Amino acid sequence: MGTVTTTQLRSMYEDMVTARYYEERLQEEYMEGKTPGFDISAGPIPGELHLAAGHEATAAGVCAHLTDEDTVTAPHRPHHIAIAKGVDLKRMTAEIFGRETGLSAGKGGHMHLFDPDVNFACSGIIAQGCPPAVGAALAAMKRNESSVAVAYLGEGAISQGAFLESLNLASVHDLPVIFVVEDNDWAISMPKGRISAPPDGSRRADGFDMPGVRIDHDDATAVSEAAAEAVGRARDGNGPTLMSVQVHRRMGHFMGDPETYRPEADQQRHQERDSIERLASDLEAAGVDEDERETIREDAHERVDDAIEWAKDQPEPEPEAALEDVFSNPPSGVTDEDPTPEFAGDGGANR
Amino acid sequence: MSDDGGRQATMSTAMVEAIATEMRDNDEVFYMGEDVADYGGIFDSTDGLLSEFGHDRIMDVPISETAYIGAAVGAAQEGMRPIAELMFADFFGVCMDQLYNQMAKNTYMSGANVSVPMVLTTAVGGTYSDAAQHSQTLYGTFAHLPGMKVVVPSTAYDAKGLLHNAIRDDDPVVYMFHKRLMGIGWMPAPDGPKTAVPDEPYTIPFGQADVKREGADVTVVTLGLHVHRALEAAAKLADDGIDVEVIDLRTLVPLDEATILESVQKTGRLVVVDEDYRSFGLTGEVISRVVEAEPDALEAVERLAIPDVPLPYARPLENRVIPDSDDIEDAIRQTQP
Repeated sequence: MGTVTTTQLRSMYEDMVTARYYEERLQEEYMEGKTPGFDISAGPIPGELHLAAGHEATAAGVCAHLTDEDTVTAPHRPHHIAIAKGVDLKRMTAEIFGRETGLSAGKGGHMHLFDPDVNFACSGIIAQGCPPAVGAALAAMKRNESSVAVAYLGEGAISQGAFLESLNLASVHDLPVIFVVEDNDWAISMPKGRISAPPDGSRRADGFDMPGVRIDHDDATAVSEAAAEAVGRARDGNGPTLMSVQVHRRMGHFMGDPETYRPEADQQRHQERDSIERLASDLEAAGVDEDERETIREDAHERVDDAIEWAKDQPEPEPEAALEDVFSNPPSGVTDEDPTPEFAGDGGANR
Repeated sequence: MSDDGGRQATMSTAMVEAIATEMRDNDEVFYMGEDVADYGGIFDSTDGLLSEFGHDRIMDVPISETAYIGAAVGAAQEGMRPIAELMFADFFGVCMDQLYNQMAKNTYMSGANVSVPMVLTTAVGGTYSDAAQHSQTLYGTFAHLPGMKVVVPSTAYDAKGLLHNAIRDDDPVVYMFHKRLMGIGWMPAPDGPKTAVPDEPYTIPFGQADVKREGADVTVVTLGLHVHRALEAAAKLADDGIDVEVIDLRTLVPLDEATILESVQKTGRLVVVDEDYRSFGLTGEVISRVVEAEPDALEAVERLAIPDVPLPYARPLENRVIPDSDDIEDAIRQTQP
């Protein structure tokens, strides 16, 4: 782990324990009012909830190399990435609780988080964040800026046209974009071998003449090292990279997923070595001992608890607000002058 | 109401029965979709079918809607009878060319030398805070584009008969089932969609709306989830002496204009209720058909639909835009003298 500094290790650990604890807390809040008979529309957090426990290393390892100016697009499972990207945790939480002060004033919800202050966006449709990430990279290139874009997707999304077309567009224009596949083996109930040939997403890079990197375990340090190279390549104007990281799905696809399709042994695999424990041992080796890590965890937990308490105190949106925000400008557009009189009202005869 | 006889079944059970029967009777029927095999369909649309038919006929497919829905078009044109499931109707954008430029047009473009005997099943609807990309019905979008028959069941009885008809039809049929009606454990259904369903197969012809409740004072035309919301409103209004007729369209293409007209001629008052966007959609279409055919038939008309905004996430916002039974009740009262 030669190239990753202790400061970076510490920062990644903070992101990862924040994300893990955040989702544990969200899970508790989400289940309120949904037992004993699970009703997806009940409780303080209604709707689908896709948790990312076991995916944190990809978020922390890649975002460690990004600034607020860099763009990230996340899929339907976005919390860990949003946290690592520096999305406002309180307002994100308020959004998930559907509150007026949420990032999107309650219109988006957990799959549709937007924080333009740190150039973060997500889409609930598989792989559809890839083209906008390419667009952010295109904008950076056209403006001669050094920012890069990162598109996250799951391994289930690697056979989507939006992803494959984005790889090609990014490659032919040498755009500063990094595609990060979080490979948790499962597209809801479908194991990757059943739906993807080859199942390793990084090999898609071969067909598009770009570097493809496979990281075989959810090792934040290894992800960070690979991301340093990929982000550096992009910033230097040397084009896109495709990364695929093996992670573990510790939860169902969504809360309420019975996972009856999933073998017990597979469900337990993540326990062999958890990514956070793996990073903790790297920190230990770098001289950050358990006391110090305990402090990091306590601070992270406090921040999460504060965000959740704050969010729950926020007001719900007024129903009539549902009718606002369809457009940024008025429906008439930005026109501020009266139509030219001689051309108006005569059916264009004077033209 | 044609739901007498048989045991009570959920809408998903009724759908599965129709699929299983058609698959037993015809080796050329097969089902493709995401999570349709081991999972049994996220909304239970294929629950239990894998054990009888195996992965070769209940096919999990890559998350590549353009490819597998297009493959259904191709297999259908070869004479097979594929059923392809689009997990959420909202995902139509991913594969729209295969749907509207291929599936919907190949019959016409070939001068009817080619037919496309496939079914596209898809889940629609909101009411559970799934926000703008997972809550639409898009009824009007599919019905607007020529070349697809569009089916929207509201009860288990209808779901089974309409699906038998869809699979046997030589044309592409878009079969839109409302998530809230399926009887899924984690999304409780209202009273109503669970009905008596005969064990034996039967078909319900397309283009025959069903009068779910007879009444003399006002006609409510609706579909899907809102059939049940309209019936709830009608029951409340009956206490006030307002006698509401509720027409369940069941299919949008073809549209049963005759049943609507007959009802409106009787009541003179029309309320159209939709769970799709207001503008350029179902409500305007139904009202136009009435006005074109019987310009003087209407003394009052109201329409309820999503007020031209994407579906919001937060509960108060979503409740604001999706008509509920109180909204329907108010709209009906507006039409009364």
